[in-house]
Amino acid sequence: MTALAIRIRGAVKRYGPITAVDGLDLDVPEGTCVGLLGPNGAGKSTTMRLLTAQSIADEGEIEVLGFRLPEESKAARAQCGVTPQLDNLDVTLTVEQNLLVFSHLYRIARSERRAAIERALKMAKLVDRRDSRVDKLSGGMRRRLLIARSLVHRPRLVLLDEPTVGLDPQVRQELWALIDALRSQGTTILMSTHYIEEAQRLADTVLIMSHGKAVAAGSPAALVSEHAGSEVLEVYGPPTRLAEVEAQAGADGLRTRRTGTSVSILGVESGNGFAIDGERRPANLEDVFVLLTGEEIA
Amino acid sequence: MAVSPTRVRIGRLERPALTGVLVREVVNFSSYWRSATFSSTVEPTIYLLAFGFGFGALVSRVGGYDYVEFVGTGTVATAVLFSSAFAAMFGTFVKYQFQRTYDAILAAPVDTEELVSAEALWMATRAGVYGCVPMLVAIGFGLDPSWGMLTVPLIAWVAGFGWACFGIMVAGFAKSIENFSYVVSAVLTPLFLVAGTFFPIDNLPGWARFLANFNPLHHCVELVRHAAFGWEGWEDLARVGALVAFGLAMWRLAIYAMTRKLID
Repeated sequence: MTALAIRIRGAVKRYGPITAVDGLDLDVPEGTCVGLLGPNGAGKSTTMRLLTAQSIADEGEIEVLGFRLPEESKAARAQCGVTPQLDNLDVTLTVEQNLLVFSHLYRIARSERRAAIERALKMAKLVDRRDSRVDKLSGGMRRRLLIARSLVHRPRLVLLDEPTVGLDPQVRQELWALIDALRSQGTTILMSTHYIEEAQRLADTVLIMSHGKAVAAGSPAALVSEHAGSEVLEVYGPPTRLAEVEAQAGADGLRTRRTGTSVSILGVESGNGFAIDGERRPANLEDVFVLLTGEEIA
Repeated sequence: MAVSPTRVRIGRLERPALTGVLVREVVNFSSYWRSATFSSTVEPTIYLLAFGFGFGALVSRVGGYDYVEFVGTGTVATAVLFSSAFAAMFGTFVKYQFQRTYDAILAAPVDTEELVSAEALWMATRAGVYGCVPMLVAIGFGLDPSWGMLTVPLIAWVAGFGWACFGIMVAGFAKSIENFSYVVSAVLTPLFLVAGTFFPIDNLPGWARFLANFNPLHHCVELVRHAAFGWEGWEDLARVGALVAFGLAMWRLAIYAMTRKLID
């Protein structure tokens, strides 16, 4: 049985009348990459804060790397790296100075500090920009530096909170390569995202969150197979036509979801004799996501 | 089954955590030391020159001292206040609200108590250095140097620690940066004016003289003056005690306020 780097049982976090995390259970086995997938406001960032004890759960149990939170959170944080959603680099410092500061905060021994900074610079492909002030870097470079900063002490567990949010596709792919390299080295990763493709590409297991709750968990392929089948029929047309198609699919026991200009009919491979014209395509995680969260994605 | 934790000794107020936060401040200081030094030294020096030579032309001696000597020693407390309380209020607020620096630090093995303590230690050190500037300027204008003046950086450090913690506490309780106006107008300005910096408080009404005993700036002013012109024995020891008590009380309150602000 694989040991768990993160174990959450029944975590609840309330902010006044709002319950941001509502009875969440989460297991992250060591050496795996788990994606927390959910729309904005699903409770992903609050879950991340619970794991660093910057938020304290009202109910439930949380263990990180075997340490009970919040009591032993400092010991856990010493072995974790955190990449926040919002850039909080020191912008008037250089790339290298930012890493130097965090090599001290993460208690890297003086004799190992230089090598740790060099390793982080290489990993983030910022060796040539080591003397550049952060406010002179592009958005992608800053994001790479944020990730490198969280890895400078070689953590056992990395928490990535929306690591590619707001970045253009090229930069996003660069970061995916970086995260994938990290995963292949055996580092445990918990990554929150609302980008379906990101979760599908990088995560071994995906936990879909909605309104603070886990609504499904499993490998991307298993989730797709369980909730959306293997084939989807995409039907385009005016709103009245789409409503008719939805009604017909419902009558045949098939599930549908609206995709703006079309209706997607899920699991059509099992719909014997279903005779509507449309484009067939393989089911994907986005179908599952929208089906389960009932919300539009970003 | 959760992994077996790798045991590391983790306690309160650990040196590596304090050092980490201090290193961040020192490295950052290298990028803004000119402006910080300018604001923390020029303003009290202007007060010294304006009052010393403005009033000094009308009033030659106050409390047994030349007026320039009186103000030159008194404005040390002003420099301490400016470089600690004001820097702490605005700096702390900006770091947690706009730069989100504290979110990054608290994701590392640093707790709020260590964060606040290290920030206050750093600002106290700056106050200890900047606090001496008006006195050095006054020496340039005729204040006689004395051995006791060597204790002024230490006095400024102790007072600066308390005022830095006061500033952090205010930032921790503030809902917006505009809230600072209330504190500056209703707390800092009155304390600043009745500290005995520009005029002796002996001629104030009895109630004001009584309240001055609770003004840490007044104790700082008196200690610096006595360091320059001659110690007053037990009275000065009591003043040191008052500054230490102020610092300890503000330190705990600052930690409480920032914990409420940063940990939800």
